[in-house]
Amino acid sequence: MSDSLVDRKLPPVTEIGAAAMVAVALGVIFNAAYLPKHAPTAVAIAILVVAAALEATNLFLVSRIESFAWARFKQVAGWFLVAYAVIAGMIEYAFVYDHTHGAVLVVMTSMLFVFMLAPPLLVGFTVARFEHTS
Amino acid sequence: MSAVAADAPIAQPFEIVPRKALPLVALVLLGVVVAIARDARWGLVFCHVVGGGLWTAIDLFVGFIVGPILRSLSVPARIEFTKRLMPKMLVIMPTIVTMTLAAGFQLARQDGFLDTSNPRHAWVVASFCVVGVMAVIALAYLGPANVAVLFELRKPQPDPLVVQTLMRRFVYTAGITGVMQVATLVIMTRLVS
Repeated sequence: MSDSLVDRKLPPVTEIGAAAMVAVALGVIFNAAYLPKHAPTAVAIAILVVAAALEATNLFLVSRIESFAWARFKQVAGWFLVAYAVIAGMIEYAFVYDHTHGAVLVVMTSMLFVFMLAPPLLVGFTVARFEHTS
Repeated sequence: MSAVAADAPIAQPFEIVPRKALPLVALVLLGVVVAIARDARWGLVFCHVVGGGLWTAIDLFVGFIVGPILRSLSVPARIEFTKRLMPKMLVIMPTIVTMTLAAGFQLARQDGFLDTSNPRHAWVVASFCVVGVMAVIALAYLGPANVAVLFELRKPQPDPLVVQTLMRRFVYTAGITGVMQVATLVIMTRLVS
């Protein structure tokens, strides 16, 4: 039997994370395609709920992994969260600067929050899955 | 000792994120914020054209030139190359992507391309779609693989199987983003024609 961690069976965190990002991208494109008018809010909220549900599922799946290199996960995901908070802050600044307001701003900000969480989780998971815990 | 460990080269310590480059990154991002805040046309065009040109050229070069070369190298050669390339890519790519997209969105707003009544609006939406695909590939697959391979290479005895698996992901996704960049070139030249 190989010692390599490549063969380790883990939940499909990368795939679900990619699906969450696809949902966020669809939501942003959907909203942006209607500018400067407002996109139908119900559709935008439905896309946001799907993205948030996928992200929550991913967080739950990662939290359930046994023998996981949590210290490494927290180190990598933490620094990436800092970097993505800066990027998300710049994007939020652009939304406000461009006079986005009301329901559109709430939906876009919520999507931005979901987007901000996805890359740190995926990078942290990908690094930690190849770390030996013992 | 396992077969994996016996074949593995001994790793040398190196920086995953080149800290010396971070002040330059901060300076570039500050420049983008100032250009947006001042609605400075030249600053926005500069950020978008320079950032976009670099982004497209690097993606095409890595996807179609570096990728196939990497595939043909031996594992130790791939490891040596990766240790030098990936830390730089980790700093360069997010910076030029942020620079390009932030400035591009403001230019599209200034030029009225975001307005649904504009005849070129569809091309802007098409560019959003291309960027969306590239963002998902880069953030979900390419970026995590880059970081993970660097952590693996810092271990006293990197696992060649892990390095190969992650590098394969890098080579294929870089190829896909290269193809998407061709679509970007078509859309952007169509927008300004």
